Amino acid sequence: MSIADEQSQRGGATLAKLLMSFGPLLFLAALVVVFTVLKPSFIDPINLFNITRQISITGLIALGMTFVILTAGIDLSVGSLLAFCGMVAAVVAKGGAANTLSLSTSGTQGYGWFAALLAATVVGAAAGGVQGLAITRLKVPPFVVTLGGLTVFRGLTLTISNGGPISGFDASMRWFGTGLIGPVPVPAIIFAIAAILCHIVLRYTRYGRAVYAVGGNAEAARLSGLRVDRILVSVYVIVGFFAGLAAFVLSARLNSSEAVAGIGYELTVISAVVIGGTSLFGGIGSVGGTVVGAALIGVLQNGLQFNNVSSYTQSIVIGLILILAVAFDRWLKSRVRR
Amino acid sequence: MQAEAAPSPVLLAVEGVTKHFAGVTALSDVSLDVRPGEILGLLGENGAGKSTLLKILSGVMPPSGGRITFDGAEYTPSNPQDAKRLGIVTIYQELSLIPTLTVAENIFIGRAPTGPLGLVSWRRMEEDSRAITARVGLAIDPMTPVSALSVAEQQLVEIARALSLKSRLIIMDEPTSALTETEVQRLLSIMDRLRKDNVAIMFVTHRLEEASAICDRMTVLRDGRLAGHLDRQGGPIKLPAIIEKMVGRAASELYARPAQRAVAGDVVLSVRGLRTVRDPEAPHAIVLDGVDLDLKAGEILGVAGLVGSGRTELARAIFGADRIAAGTITLDGKPIAPASPADAIKLGIGLVPEDRKHQAIFAALGILVNFSVASLGRFSNGFGFMAERRERDALSGFRKMLSIRMASAEQAIEGLSGGNQQKVILARWLARDPKVLVVDEPTRGVDVGAKAEVHQILVQLAARGIAVMMISSELPEVLAVSDRIVTMRRGRITGEMPGVEASEERLMELMALDRQDGREQEGQAR
Repeated sequence: MSIADEQSQRGGATLAKLLMSFGPLLFLAALVVVFTVLKPSFIDPINLFNITRQISITGLIALGMTFVILTAGIDLSVGSLLAFCGMVAAVVAKGGAANTLSLSTSGTQGYGWFAALLAATVVGAAAGGVQGLAITRLKVPPFVVTLGGLTVFRGLTLTISNGGPISGFDASMRWFGTGLIGPVPVPAIIFAIAAILCHIVLRYTRYGRAVYAVGGNAEAARLSGLRVDRILVSVYVIVGFFAGLAAFVLSARLNSSEAVAGIGYELTVISAVVIGGTSLFGGIGSVGGTVVGAALIGVLQNGLQFNNVSSYTQSIVIGLILILAVAFDRWLKSRVRR
Repeated sequence: MQAEAAPSPVLLAVEGVTKHFAGVTALSDVSLDVRPGEILGLLGENGAGKSTLLKILSGVMPPSGGRITFDGAEYTPSNPQDAKRLGIVTIYQELSLIPTLTVAENIFIGRAPTGPLGLVSWRRMEEDSRAITARVGLAIDPMTPVSALSVAEQQLVEIARALSLKSRLIIMDEPTSALTETEVQRLLSIMDRLRKDNVAIMFVTHRLEEASAICDRMTVLRDGRLAGHLDRQGGPIKLPAIIEKMVGRAASELYARPAQRAVAGDVVLSVRGLRTVRDPEAPHAIVLDGVDLDLKAGEILGVAGLVGSGRTELARAIFGADRIAAGTITLDGKPIAPASPADAIKLGIGLVPEDRKHQAIFAALGILVNFSVASLGRFSNGFGFMAERRERDALSGFRKMLSIRMASAEQAIEGLSGGNQQKVILARWLARDPKVLVVDEPTRGVDVGAKAEVHQILVQLAARGIAVMMISSELPEVLAVSDRIVTMRRGRITGEMPGVEASEERLMELMALDRQDGREQEGQAR
């Protein structure tokens, strides 16, 4: 094929390519328009900030999940890990596993929010690392390892908390869940900062390149001198870290760490990543897409709630939208390939 | 062969077929015909339009214009099933058998013979399969799972399936690319037998020697157009005539031996008594059995060997991709023991692997990413951030130097032709200034014109002082670029000679010396 031919082919595909990169974003915009028409108060800033607060928990985990899925992996344990890390944060914050139910004041025996945050993220990262090692050393597929992790971490959570919640944190910790900077909820700011950092890492660093390469073709990556196993372990460390961070924010927001927190979160998180255009086969995807995917799910949930659609119906709609969004993406891509 | 007096009626006639995609003309006014009992070769470089034509004939997509008739009737299949039902079966390079099922199940997939209760009659299926596989010279138990067969045997199963479908035209897309020399000969003789049974065969291939040996006629495509038809007149169609039609220039320009260069160099890489052990996860891999080898700076060492000679395993062992059981490797006089490709790369060794698609390229990723993946350290700053300006400058330098034809650095590499993909992979290693570059089948899946360019690049690299080890099963290629040639057979080096003294006959003899007893052992193992 001559250069001229290739160029004319590109010309014809430009519109479709443009649509492809903005497909999920268009979908999101359409949803916002529809919900606004149905109920104009949807577009109210208060509601929009509410949405950002709602999506920040699963959004944070979805950022980490983007790294994992880019390597063609998956992590099903994040919901349980979130609960476990939340419990760790609570124990550290309150200085014990006893559920005093009292709102703590300056006189508590705890170690403060920073120690709680550190504990949650370190434990999350370590748990991810262990799963990563099981995947690379024992050669067990990620699906199986993290399916095991899903059960193990839930069990650990129930063990340390004795099944119940641990509640009542001091105000400095609760600020991370309920505080505002100007009109913007703190969780949303944490999510935004984390998203920007992840974007920079994936797009502009050597490590980001390696993640894409390993996901694009692990054998070629190995033969190009990349330490594939290390990179694989690292992405599970990253998603574990974000599960810990999300756990901290969630506990702070609810003023409580629940043993049953995060059940089913793995599905919301994976949906957000996939709707955002990241390929489950690895190598293709972006943080921007994941943010849009998370926002899409958030807008959908909030908009349906706003219109008094029952939570039962909400699940049906969200499931269908997931399939439709991916089908739309596939269709666009097939148009570009032709 | 057909008697000149009474040419048999045309079975398939393609008349002025055209295909456009989104403003690009992939095929323009192509005509050809195939008669029962003949083998028509369809030749052309990559991108000449062969695949497009195949897709049209096999019902994958309709033509944009023109007319096709099959057995006198208008032929407009709307899907591959239609094509099969009408009697046209296409056997693709990537075989379509289901590995976990048996040979018989694969042959009768979707139409298993049934007994009185409507249940599958395994006995009839086995008997029928035995009869059909015998027709293609395949003497194996039909109840063997396909995964236990070699690629060559699997191909024969596909042909057997085509025959059982009462196909009248079998289209074979590059059927010999994964076969050893012996297997190729067997396939060609089976094609000849099918021809005598009045089956029509369309043989799509890159391998001109094979095409010349077996085809009655050839149709050559170039840039989506018909470049011409060639006819066997008394003897086989001559290679230079084919090449001229394919590339539109005289064959003497290709495979021209470069002037004998003054090979300087000290020994850079030295291998002594190299052995590998059988990997339980890859029981079919060849084991190196005491390989001694020296590679000098500035030379191109050709390693000639058939599939299964251990040539690829040698490359992988040097590169740290496979474990070494015994022996030593020294680089610049110092012993090295690369435990991984990363180690070997740090030491200054590069490998352009044999299977570009699975081992070298990141198909969906951009050219820039594909280029710099082995040099991320060189193209990033101390904080781990990519120095994209430097990276892009380096790529555009190599783009000029290697004349890589590409649209942009972001373009996905899978959109490039095989030759340009290979140039990007070569650039990947050149960016590291390797001491030793091992290239395994550097021109596999590269069209004829670009082959000469790749050869030229290898010669240039050697001239810059890089020690180049080129593994190839294409003897003309080995002869064209090697300063020195070693032959391999069954995990051992069987001969060595200066490039100027080598000939295809001598090399072939050394590569295949005791092929007879090798085959016997294989038979016993099975």
